[in-house]
Amino acid sequence: MARRHWLARHRWLLLRRFSQLGLLAAFLAGPWFGVWMLRGNLASSVVLDTIALTDPLVLLQALVAGHGAQIAALSGAALVLLAYALLGGRSYCAWVCPLNLVTDLAAGLRRAMGLGRGWQMRRRTRWVLLGAILVASWVSGSIVWELLNPITVLQRGIVFGMGAGWVLIVAVFAFDLLVSAHGWCGHVCPVGAFYGLVGKVSVLRVNAARRAQCTDCGDCFRICPEPQVIAPALKPADPNGSPVILSGDCLNCGRCIDACDEDVFAFGSRRVVRIAAEGAKV
Amino acid sequence: MNTGSRRQFLGQCASLLGSGSVMAALLATATRQAEALPAWALRPPGALAEDDFSAACLRCGLCVQACPFDILHLARLGDDVTLGTPYFVARQRACEMCVDIPCAVACPTDALTAPAQGINAARMGLARMTGPDTCYSINGTAQCGACYLACPIKDAAITMERRSAGRRVYFEPTVNAANCTGCGKCEEACVTQEASIKVLPLALARHDHAGPLPRRGA
Repeated sequence: MARRHWLARHRWLLLRRFSQLGLLAAFLAGPWFGVWMLRGNLASSVVLDTIALTDPLVLLQALVAGHGAQIAALSGAALVLLAYALLGGRSYCAWVCPLNLVTDLAAGLRRAMGLGRGWQMRRRTRWVLLGAILVASWVSGSIVWELLNPITVLQRGIVFGMGAGWVLIVAVFAFDLLVSAHGWCGHVCPVGAFYGLVGKVSVLRVNAARRAQCTDCGDCFRICPEPQVIAPALKPADPNGSPVILSGDCLNCGRCIDACDEDVFAFGSRRVVRIAAEGAKV
Repeated sequence: MNTGSRRQFLGQCASLLGSGSVMAALLATATRQAEALPAWALRPPGALAEDDFSAACLRCGLCVQACPFDILHLARLGDDVTLGTPYFVARQRACEMCVDIPCAVACPTDALTAPAQGINAARMGLARMTGPDTCYSINGTAQCGACYLACPIKDAAITMERRSAGRRVYFEPTVNAANCTGCGKCEEACVTQEASIKVLPLALARHDHAGPLPRRGA
C-alpha cells in the first residue's frame, strides 16, 4: 500500500494541537488583548461572559472538603461532565490539557531515541491517588490536588504568572522522558483517572471496524499512549467481538487513526458500529 | 471463590487500602503545611474565613480578572500564599472598594460573597497603628495625616485624635474597628519608609473574640 500523504498521517494530531493551543490562546486573548473569549482558567471559567464552566474534580474536592458550592458552580461542572460524556472522557487529556503538550514532547523524544517504555508503574496507581486526594481533601478541609496539580500550575501560570511553577513542569517532563513512558498521564495523574471514569460511558469512541484489513504492523500499538485499550477491539478473542474501543483509558486522541496505513480505525458512536467485511467500505 | 483467590483478593484490597491511606495521610499533612496566608497578604472583599476559604476557592482567577484596577494576584508556586488563591498586598496597591464589588460577583462559589450591606461592610482585615514611634504625626516630624486623607470611610474608620504629651499637642491617627474595611488605603498612603499603619488579618488584629491563651503544647 502506498504511503499516505504527511497531512493524512497527522490529521488528528494537527487538530489536537490546534485545539490545545487555541484554548490557551482564547484564555490569553483577554489579559493580553482585552478580547474576553474565556475568563478564568481550567479550574473554572466563563465562556463569552455567559456560560460558566467548572472542573468537576476540583468542585468534587471542594464538596468533600466540606463546602457547599453555589448552584452556578454545580451547573458549570454538570455542563463539563455532559460534554465529556458525549466527546469521550479522556478527550480532556488529548484535546484540552496543556500538560499533554509537555508529556507528548517527552514521549516523542523517547520514541526518537528508542528508549522503550521504561519503568511502568501499576496502572491502578492513579486510581489510588484519585481516592487519596478525595480522602485528603475531606480530612484537611481543602482542595488538595490544586496544591500540586501540574496541569493547573501550567495553565494558570501561563495566564496569571508562573513563579516557580516551571520546576514542576520540568519535573513531569523529565519523569516522562527519563523514567517512564507516558508515566505521568498514564499512571499518576488523578485528573486523567477521573475523566477515565466518564470515558467508561461516553458516546464518541474510536473503533476498529475495518480490522479485517489489519496487517499486524504494530504502528497503532507503538504510537498509542494507552496501548492496552486497542487489543480488545482490534484482536478480540471472539471474532465477532465489538470493534469499539470501550476502555475509559482511551484518550480519543486519534493517533491510531493517523498511524494506520490500512485505515482500520475511525471515530464513531459507542453503540452503532458495523464490522466491515474485508475490503468493504464502511 | 476458592480460598486461594479469596485470600489474594483480600490481600489486594488491603494493599490498595494501605497505599491509599498512606498517600492520603501524606497529602493531608502536606496540605496543612503548604497552606498559608502571611500577614501582608489580604484576601479580596467578601472572602470567607481562611479555613473555609481554602475549601471554597476553586483557584480560577475570575476575581483577579474582574478587578478593574489589577490589584489582585493569584499565588504562584513559590509564593508564600496558598497556591492559586487570590490576594493583594495593601502596601503595593490597596483595594479601591468598587461599589459593585466585581471580584466577589465574579466568584463562581461563595468563597467571595459580596456583603449585602455593600462594600463598606467588607472586612478584608483591620488597620492598626503598628509604628507609633515612626508615625510622623505622633512623633512630631510633621503634621502628616496621609492615612486619614486616604481613608475612603472618611472621618469614620480613621480619625485624628487630639493628644498632648506635656506641652506638645499632636494628632494620633486612630482606627475605629467598627468602620474599617481593611482596604489598605492607609497603609498604601503612609509616608514612612516602613508603613507605620498596617492592615492586619482579622484573626491577628482583633482581640474581641479571643479566648484565654492556648496552653503551650496543647
